[in-house]
Amino acid sequence: MDHTKTSSQDSDWLYEIKAEKPLFDFNFKEIWRYRDLLILFVKRDIVTVYKQTVLGPLWFLIQPLFTSVIFTLVFNNVANIQTGTVPSFLFNLAGITAWTYFKECLTGTSGTFTKNAGIFGKVYFPRVIMPMSVTISNLLKLAIQLSIFTGFYIYFVASGKPISPNTNLFLFPVYVFIMGATGLGLGMILSAMTTKYRDFTVLIGFGVQLLMYISAVPFPMTEILEKKPEYFWVFKYNPLAQIIEGFRYMTLDTGLFTWWGFFYALGFSIVVFFIGLAIFNRTEKSFIDTV
Amino acid sequence: MSKIILTAQNISKQYRLGVVGTGTLSHDLNRWWASVRGKDDPYLKIGAENDRSKKAETDYVWALRDINFDVHDGDVLGIIGKNGAGKSTLLKILSRVTSPTTGSIKTKGRIASLLEVGTGFHPELTGRENIYLNGAILGMTKAEIKVKEEEIIDFSGCAMYIDTPVKRYSSGMRVRLAFAVAAHLEPDILVVDEVLAVGDAEFQKKAIGKMKDISGNDGRTVLFVSHNMAAVKSLCTRGIVLENGTSTFEGTAEESVDYYLSKDLKNDNLPIKERTDRTGNGKVKLINASLINKNGSRIESVISGEFLRVQLNVKVYEEVKSKFIIGLAIFDSNEVLKSMIVTDEIDVDMNTYLKRGHINIDIPSFDLRGGNYYLRVVLSEGSTNKPDQLDNIDKALEINVLPGDLYGIGRQNRSYNCSILRCEIN
Repeated sequence: MDHTKTSSQDSDWLYEIKAEKPLFDFNFKEIWRYRDLLILFVKRDIVTVYKQTVLGPLWFLIQPLFTSVIFTLVFNNVANIQTGTVPSFLFNLAGITAWTYFKECLTGTSGTFTKNAGIFGKVYFPRVIMPMSVTISNLLKLAIQLSIFTGFYIYFVASGKPISPNTNLFLFPVYVFIMGATGLGLGMILSAMTTKYRDFTVLIGFGVQLLMYISAVPFPMTEILEKKPEYFWVFKYNPLAQIIEGFRYMTLDTGLFTWWGFFYALGFSIVVFFIGLAIFNRTEKSFIDTV
Repeated sequence: MSKIILTAQNISKQYRLGVVGTGTLSHDLNRWWASVRGKDDPYLKIGAENDRSKKAETDYVWALRDINFDVHDGDVLGIIGKNGAGKSTLLKILSRVTSPTTGSIKTKGRIASLLEVGTGFHPELTGRENIYLNGAILGMTKAEIKVKEEEIIDFSGCAMYIDTPVKRYSSGMRVRLAFAVAAHLEPDILVVDEVLAVGDAEFQKKAIGKMKDISGNDGRTVLFVSHNMAAVKSLCTRGIVLENGTSTFEGTAEESVDYYLSKDLKNDNLPIKERTDRTGNGKVKLINASLINKNGSRIESVISGEFLRVQLNVKVYEEVKSKFIIGLAIFDSNEVLKSMIVTDEIDVDMNTYLKRGHINIDIPSFDLRGGNYYLRVVLSEGSTNKPDQLDNIDKALEINVLPGDLYGIGRQNRSYNCSILRCEIN
């Protein structure tokens, strides 16, 4: 056939659409081309969530506040978990702020393919823009929630509580990165799996709930070490527990911090992120057929 | 010939039939096991031809099989075929929504696809915000959209509502706004699915005009999928016909449409000469009847308003001494008479044509609206009264009329089982 003859003569093709695709096809140039779309998606996510609500963006604050109040009531007052010199409310707020960012990144990205099947089925843009935009818009929510955390922090300091951050605070950006990368990585892996087998949607729903408890969100890791040392390994090897504990350690100077735990969590987040990206890339090319 | 801007080689796409369940899990495992051992996907070897009416024998079907074509810079390529022929699958592959199972498409230009207008519109955002969002989804940068913003708003005719959330829009307004964004895309290659079938008449005219601008004046390369044969003929320069997942014809738009219409044949009827459900004295018999287009090829479907030749082949068993008359009566499927031609109203010597053995009845403009009609042929001598009839055969032919665009506004006329009158308004 003369098709092949004519086309093989000139080779300056812009790109090729074919069945196989390299494992890591992270085309930065293309993503850069679509940077405006990324920004618009972030804007859309932020602006539209609480449209036509009376409280509007206040909801970003209400969620962590009320959860902290309930946690303080249940875990600290009823179950009598001690948080040392740190006020229990602030302790919970720190854990929840960090946990919420991870959780939102995970749940937000895990539905990437199923939720956006409509758009993805009609038009091409680098698919990874979607989970990236979720992670970035959650970053803005995190900033809002950190501001309320800071507000209460100042309040408690002013009222004479002996709390202060420690020198680890310079690791703050790294912690945000670890949380984001872990959430995004796991989310991308799950998003690929839910496209074909919806079992994972159900799993994510209650899995995230359970994960929170084994990530030491409502209690300090020392509590486990004292009361149930035989289960301590669950928390030790759970990178999320290391992140939460590390986050509280740098902001409130409380809990167990080891450099081993820090690098373990960092390494885990990077590995998960790249695995997630590879699986995401494999899925994006034909998920629309199975979704 | 201008340079090739896009080339498709051996494009195939396999789909799995049925639902996703435990069976798919076992297939996935088999496939994974094959890839671990470095073997080919075991399910690629099987797969039925894409023919809806047949019962599925395997779990896999080839929606597309070995499609090859080249697109030259400036081509407007129409992709035509019946429902389920693989057109949309091909478009999805071209627009990178899904990837082919085998084969590759190489392109030198940026492809923007319009498989739907208003993809990604968010109901809570205002019209203006949605212009930016939709434009970005379609591949424009913010700066590009900014330049065209006023033009887009103007084209959509929604200036008054542009800062109102899109959820308050009527569906028509939403479509207009969406098309306005899409029409201002400037990719190297534009892939368009039948998005023209939206909006009111005024807007459709605008849309067709814009399409013509894009393809004609700007010299943009466009791949266009449509069921609207009139639109394909007027917009496209080249065409390919897909049938059951394979490409069966490639040529100019005109040739492709003609080929498509001629392939739309239903050969389940007995040939006319073998039919016994006929009346008349049998001195002359109709042995064949066919519909022919202006290029002289056989067709089964005709576009409303186009030329149509009805060719009749007759066999004379006994000489006809008085005036030979042919009556053609067109009925709809409810057996209601819709139109007729009787040759004794025309000043023509039919008997010489009778001796020749075939008669052509040329209709310069077949002005029936879209629908299914049947042709009854009556041959008679002297008068058309029953005793004088030589042969009378009902449903000699089925005439499938596709809606046309008689008034030239770029929009199909309504389909009804009746005639359409040409007129001028003043």
